[in-house]
Amino acid sequence: MIKAQYERPIIQRLNVGLMNKYGTKTEFNPVTHIDGNAVKELMETYGSPLFVLSEKTIRQTYKDATRAFKTRYPKVQFAWSYKTNYINAVCNVFHQEGSWAEVVSGFEYLKALHNNVPGDKIIFNGPDKKEVDLKLAIEHGSLIHIDHLDELYMIKELVAGGTKRPRVAIRVNMDTGIYPMWDRFGFNYEDGQAWDAINKIMLSGQMDLVGLHCHIGTFMLTPNAYGVAASKLSQLALSVMKKFKKKIEYIDLGGGFASKNTLKGSYIQGIDVSPTFDQYAEAISTSILNAGFTEDSLPLLILESGRALIDEAGYLLGSVISNKRLSDGRRATILDFGVNILFTSFWYDHKISPAQHFGQYSEDTVLYGPLCMNIDVVREHISFPPLKKDDQVVVHTVGAYNMTQWMQFIAMRPAVIMIDMDEKPHLIRKRETINSIQDEEVMPLYLEKFKIS
Amino acid sequence: MKFKKNIALSDSGFIFDPTTGDSFNTNPVGLEIVQMLKQDNTPQEISAYFLKNYAVDESTFEKDLYDFINMLSKFKLTEHNEKEKN
Ligand SMILES: Cc1ncc(COP(=O)(O)O)c(C=O)c1O
Repeated sequence: MIKAQYERPIIQRLNVGLMNKYGTKTEFNPVTHIDGNAVKELMETYGSPLFVLSEKTIRQTYKDATRAFKTRYPKVQFAWSYKTNYINAVCNVFHQEGSWAEVVSGFEYLKALHNNVPGDKIIFNGPDKKEVDLKLAIEHGSLIHIDHLDELYMIKELVAGGTKRPRVAIRVNMDTGIYPMWDRFGFNYEDGQAWDAINKIMLSGQMDLVGLHCHIGTFMLTPNAYGVAASKLSQLALSVMKKFKKKIEYIDLGGGFASKNTLKGSYIQGIDVSPTFDQYAEAISTSILNAGFTEDSLPLLILESGRALIDEAGYLLGSVISNKRLSDGRRATILDFGVNILFTSFWYDHKISPAQHFGQYSEDTVLYGPLCMNIDVVREHISFPPLKKDDQVVVHTVGAYNMTQWMQFIAMRPAVIMIDMDEKPHLIRKRETINSIQDEEVMPLYLEKFKIS
Repeated sequence: MKFKKNIALSDSGFIFDPTTGDSFNTNPVGLEIVQMLKQDNTPQEISAYFLKNYAVDESTFEKDLYDFINMLSKFKLTEHNEKEKN
């Protein structure tokens, strides 16, 4: 006799007329394959948990973004924001598509050089550029975006008496109607600091002011804020031209475009509220084109988008460790990954799908990670089918920041694979081993040999 | 432990408690369990039935049944007789 298929019994109270805070039903449509590869097989081969990147999605998203801008503005250049995901294979997909590199530390700078990005196509941002980093950047003719006066003076000292003229820009912060204002970084526009810094650079005679930069925030849901930023940077560029007869080569509007994730606590799914590349492009290009540049003085437009270009291409696969019932009756499912490797679950209600088929029944569930800590919550509320031990799940839209901000806490960080354009998987970062951690440790001799008495 | 007698059950898994006005839904496995409880089957009888007819092992089913009956009691769909209370 063939036995009937079994599904764990569930019962759920129906809340008539109440807003459903447990997400939409589509969340539990199973995802059994990613770019033609069975989730189950990928986990058999590479282990659980596992990060998966879709090269197809990266390239497609990049093409969508560049199309949106290039059809509206004549000169556009993207620079890949290394901190968003600096696994070399990922960087090289962007570089192959034509992207420059945008780095914020000496470590990231070396990574870009290692990936054969020409020095003059590396943008060096951030408040913590060390003297050695700056020397290297000057040497390679990179675009140094000055964050504060101390940095400006350090560069002046480094080039004094030499022949190299560093190519610099300043980072500008400003009021774009978005709060909180990111005024920790760069020179303020409204109070004249930015104009002062420009004057110091121009009058020093030692540096080439080639650009103006800003990064007004991240996950920005109002395209118009970029319109305001573009117009303020344009005004600065025009003032430089007027006073010093010097053309500003580029305006760099930084990153911050929203991905399709859902911000925590939002009832509306990210996919329904995040602006499209077209909306951002429209606001920006309209501002620059109307700022008063002559056609031959139009600056190059640089964009440092991170999350919007890679979030959708990333998945995290994992497995169920156990189920529990909380004292308030909610089901709790414990997964083999938590906030240690899915850092972005602090910001987002990530969409999570089961990796196998279920009936149409679901239960209000809390998804926890395996860390022995209360903060380790992957989803506070999700309407989820009855998963059992060893069932598998797919977390969506995790390509940005997780593979750089992940923590090595009580376990090793998982492997990362990329599925290529022909749907073939490639290992791009190995699962860590105990040696990845132990190799960096040093034992003082006197603690080396002893017996527990 | 007994399933309350006045509770309405539909074949689609809709459950209605007329005393509180609360309604619930359950999946087919849950529905079958509730029907067996209503007919006064013991948890042992329910287990035997499921192990015979469904592709499930004993420890998994016992865990699930225990949890499910707990939920029924949490939702006040069961009543306890005096003997069990002591
Ligand atoms: C200077 C700069 N550029 C680009 C980015 C990338 O931002 P996002 O991932 O929000 O596009 C950041 C992120 O904080 C940044 O600080």
